[in-house]
Amino acid sequence: MLITNIESIPDQRVVKHLGLVQGSTVRAKHAGRDIMAGLKNIVGGELTGYTELLQESRENATDRMVAQAQALGANAVINVRFSTSAITAGASEILAYGTAVVVE
Amino acid sequence: MGNFLAQNFGLLVFLFLAFTGYVFGRAAEGRHYISIRKREQELRHLLILTEKQVPPELEGYAGTLVAGSVVISVDYFKTVISGLRAIVGGRMSAYESLLDRARREALLRMQTAAAELGAQAILNLKFETSRISGNAGRGIGSVEVLAYGTAMIPGRHAPRPDRTHAA
Repeated sequence: MLITNIESIPDQRVVKHLGLVQGSTVRAKHAGRDIMAGLKNIVGGELTGYTELLQESRENATDRMVAQAQALGANAVINVRFSTSAITAGASEILAYGTAVVVE
Repeated sequence: MGNFLAQNFGLLVFLFLAFTGYVFGRAAEGRHYISIRKREQELRHLLILTEKQVPPELEGYAGTLVAGSVVISVDYFKTVISGLRAIVGGRMSAYESLLDRARREALLRMQTAAAELGAQAILNLKFETSRISGNAGRGIGSVEVLAYGTAMIPGRHAPRPDRTHAA
């Protein structure tokens, strides 16, 4: 599965558009990680635990989007966007969406 | 003395936190900037473009999505001075440097991911910044910055013979 965030797959031709595909996941943060984050809020610096958590969720959302594209018979997803929103305290939604296409 | 300590316990805790934040936060920021500048030099050859069209010199390259992200936290001292700044208005330089660091770090991580794939350029760069909610309850707490784009990798596909390359 080819994924890009431009309007084409470089050096390949889009032969069929299959429409919007999306994948999302809502993740809550871990209480233990939150305590560490509270300490980090005093001294500053990177919150590695959160970086990993969000990265994981983003990969998850992308996987779901890809699964949807595969179900439609696509072999590429173009113009992919990511969006993150804080839903309630301690949970955020990560969304990945794009256009499923067939390229050759 | 004991009486003074007991009466001003809250104030002392506050001063201790602000001082700790100042010392450690400053040191961390200094170190981070040194490392950012060094890695930016090393990755300078990897072009980042914000356009969507494939420029002629990258024609025939393969493209794939790459991303880099980082979650960065404020320190307590920054929270305090930004709180004061919010009363009088104006530039919040404490947060400016925080976001600048986060954004540059995210870019570097994306570039590193692209460099590992052997890419020469990244097209259609997008940034996304989001607040990590409910963190310690005040200030901006921490922010996540995501940078993503399409890495252009040479040599994955040979240019098709039907395509004429204008010299």
